[in-house]
Amino acid sequence: MTKSQTTEPLVATDVLERVLAKGRSTGAEFAEIYIEDKRSTSAGLDDGKVEQVTSGRDRGAGIRVVSGETTGFAHTSDLSERGLLAASEAAAMAAKQGGGGVIKVQLGATLRHPVNNIKISPDGVEKSRKVELLKRADAAARSVNSAIVQVSAGYGDSLRRILVANSNGVLSADDQVRTLLRVSVVATGDGGMQTGYDSLGHTIGFELFDENDVEELAIRAAKQAVTKLSARPAPSGAMPVVIKRGSGGVLFHEACGHGLEADLVGKSASVYRGKMGELVASPLVTLIDDGTMTAEWGAIGIDDEGHPSQRNTLIQDGVLTDYMWDYLRARKEGRVQSGNGRRQSYQHLPMVRMTNTFVINGKEDPDDIVRDTKHGVYIAKLGGGQVDTASGDFVFGMTEAYLIENGEITEPLRESNLIGNGPEVLKDIDLLGNDFAMGNPGMCGKDGQGVPVGDGQPTLRVRSLTIGGTAA
Amino acid sequence: MSDGVQELQKLADSIVGKAKSGEQVEAYISRGGETSVRVYEGEVEHFVSAQSEGIGIRVIKDGRTGFAYAGTLDDDAITEVLAEARDNVQFGTVDEWAGLAEPDGVAQIPQKFWDEELASYPTDKKISITKELEKLTLAADARVRAEEANYEDGWGETAVSTTTGIRESGRGNSCYVSVSTLADDGDESLTGFGFSVGDSPKEFDLNKAAREAADRATRLLGATKPASKLVTIVLDPYVTSQFVSILSSVLNGESLAKGRSLFADRLNQQVADARFTLVDDPTNPLAYTATDIDGEGLAARRNILIENGVLKKFVHSSYSARRMNTKSTGNASRGGFAGSPGVSCLAMQVQPGTKTQAELISGIDDGVLIQDVSGMHSGVNTISGDFSTGASGIVITNGTLGAPIREFTIASTLQKMLLNIVDLGNDVDWLPMRAVGLSLVISDVMMSGA
Repeated sequence: MTKSQTTEPLVATDVLERVLAKGRSTGAEFAEIYIEDKRSTSAGLDDGKVEQVTSGRDRGAGIRVVSGETTGFAHTSDLSERGLLAASEAAAMAAKQGGGGVIKVQLGATLRHPVNNIKISPDGVEKSRKVELLKRADAAARSVNSAIVQVSAGYGDSLRRILVANSNGVLSADDQVRTLLRVSVVATGDGGMQTGYDSLGHTIGFELFDENDVEELAIRAAKQAVTKLSARPAPSGAMPVVIKRGSGGVLFHEACGHGLEADLVGKSASVYRGKMGELVASPLVTLIDDGTMTAEWGAIGIDDEGHPSQRNTLIQDGVLTDYMWDYLRARKEGRVQSGNGRRQSYQHLPMVRMTNTFVINGKEDPDDIVRDTKHGVYIAKLGGGQVDTASGDFVFGMTEAYLIENGEITEPLRESNLIGNGPEVLKDIDLLGNDFAMGNPGMCGKDGQGVPVGDGQPTLRVRSLTIGGTAA
Repeated sequence: MSDGVQELQKLADSIVGKAKSGEQVEAYISRGGETSVRVYEGEVEHFVSAQSEGIGIRVIKDGRTGFAYAGTLDDDAITEVLAEARDNVQFGTVDEWAGLAEPDGVAQIPQKFWDEELASYPTDKKISITKELEKLTLAADARVRAEEANYEDGWGETAVSTTTGIRESGRGNSCYVSVSTLADDGDESLTGFGFSVGDSPKEFDLNKAAREAADRATRLLGATKPASKLVTIVLDPYVTSQFVSILSSVLNGESLAKGRSLFADRLNQQVADARFTLVDDPTNPLAYTATDIDGEGLAARRNILIENGVLKKFVHSSYSARRMNTKSTGNASRGGFAGSPGVSCLAMQVQPGTKTQAELISGIDDGVLIQDVSGMHSGVNTISGDFSTGASGIVITNGTLGAPIREFTIASTLQKMLLNIVDLGNDVDWLPMRAVGLSLVISDVMMSGA
């Protein structure tokens, strides 16, 4: 047994009870303590050299006190009872409403709801084995073609122990493990330089590398860069777009995921406000957010408010069935939490966030989807994206794409963004494949906080999307 | 020097004092605090008051580097961080250029980073300012809703010590207010924002922040999707700032050393239109990111990067400088105690032109005033130079602003855009970003829409 699997609580239950009672001492109706102890190891290789191995430790507590519509928040890296009580008092003062008196908080047994099965905890693995992965990736990428002029590779693992307790009696704990490898490649040719990128990340331990081939990953990234050396400028204007399975979940993340977060809906800052029960997408589309999805990058045992993760259907056969909820928004609207209250660290307030967001299988053979497309763009790899949830306008980058001509995938295209409007694009999905796959690990940013998320979809076609290239 | 800063420097010194023979050690320590107020519909939505601290230690031995950090200054944690950094050394590859910066005799230019009035500003006034900003925003235009009004301030103390003789410390504080707005257009809503920055809250211009937030949300009401064509674009100062920031990667000496700069081999050649001069100058106190030292503790300095369109210089840290057989330009950058230094421009400034934005627009027959861009991170590749971003703005026809447009992209390459700069505005705006804002006119950009 490694030290990561200890069941010793981060802070004793009687201390938590006193800290929560202090939080409510100025009349607030809700107090919460969130404790985090995170250890991480990362290693970076660039230009053929292992540049640096980094070890990190982040440990502390965030205390939230809610009084009416006002939230007070304070955090501390001092986990002694004295440190926690001081932070609790600061949060209570911040949310002060007057009143108060002696409050007693009682916590029961700790809830655990593990969704991942860690076989090899990364903190028990020699650092030399982690560094070795980078050297293998470097060698494999460089072996692909003499046009490869530069390779960088990064390894990262983290073990994040969290404990959440609140004055409603919730006491939950989770150990969250993440392991990741990424490879970036530069190739050079007559037309200048091009880049390739791929990554692999799961909420499992070092067994990740028994189940996946590092060389294969590096070779994919290298081939992507080499292929793009002969790429022509991407087209401009609107046309049909086919997105390969497991590469375009970010489309749904941006086109509607953020817009279904109840905090944005609650402030009427989402184009999906007031649309519950309405047809918001093609009837082909069933959209799920699932924090329980074993080993996937957005999988969590509990969310950062102590609520067990769960599988939520957001869109069923094109009809909007629910938004995603956190504690405060659910409380305000008389709804139940959906396990989507997440935060970057103990230094941050929780808010509504996605976990693993994906569209389930349709019926089409993916090859038929391409064959059925006379002229358009085939996207094999998407980059990041960004959305304005209020207007619904969103962009996402294509990092590996090809022309489709007369039902066949032909020439590679240079990088560009695509732009669309969420509700319009969802309705424009006219073919959905039967080849579902999850995509690369992602980091989702909102209001200055980053959290790990997953996404996925089968191969699909959007009837019309605007490609932001330079060719006429 | 404040007592807190002295205490951090002493702590950093004591860690460096533990270096063993043959070891280079750097200790970087920071401590800080923040206040954050968010107001919605006249009520405080949240009030955050928090402090944090941490330490990063870098150890270099025989050309190998190790690093570790912790978000606490407990004695036990510091001991563990030093041990971990030492342990990590053995896994690095020998790099003949690895090493810490050494004092280079360049003098620091003193600036004011600490404001006593902000440090003692009362909490209730922070709340009342935020409520006032929301109220002013709603009053600025009846079509506007407020999504959130924010007040943020922060203070920080840092100290860095090394076995190579670097010993620097300092403290600073800052504050700003911002407001996000919505204007409804059928089922959809358009968004806007406004902000104001000052050494202390008394320098805030709440009316300007409210006015801009209302204007940004309402000026795109009724916007349609344009047809695709080649156009001349005028970048609003806020967009220019984002565009110029991207050039930091292209001018990065470490990228150059590793074969990732699209300007490799272009030194002293024309890379931009002759009207374009770009300087990195963190010693200019008007710059939001002004600083007296860089991320390694060397004096920050003024560097001319592109002069009259000619590439003059790449920016360097001590590491990239050693690799390229040159001297550090004082451009080591550091994100905090949890990372070791990289290289970047610190405070980018473009030499302004002579015209107002209105005068620039009046000279354009067929163009678009670009008011906002999205997807800078997903559609711009600083290695290949491919540039494509989402955009919204206002059509320019025969020198006059016309209808609003949105849901389109603008695309070119960074190389072409720099050469296609046809004019610059005199409307310099010291935005709270890494690069200054001003209106910038670029020709032959592909607008892609319906």
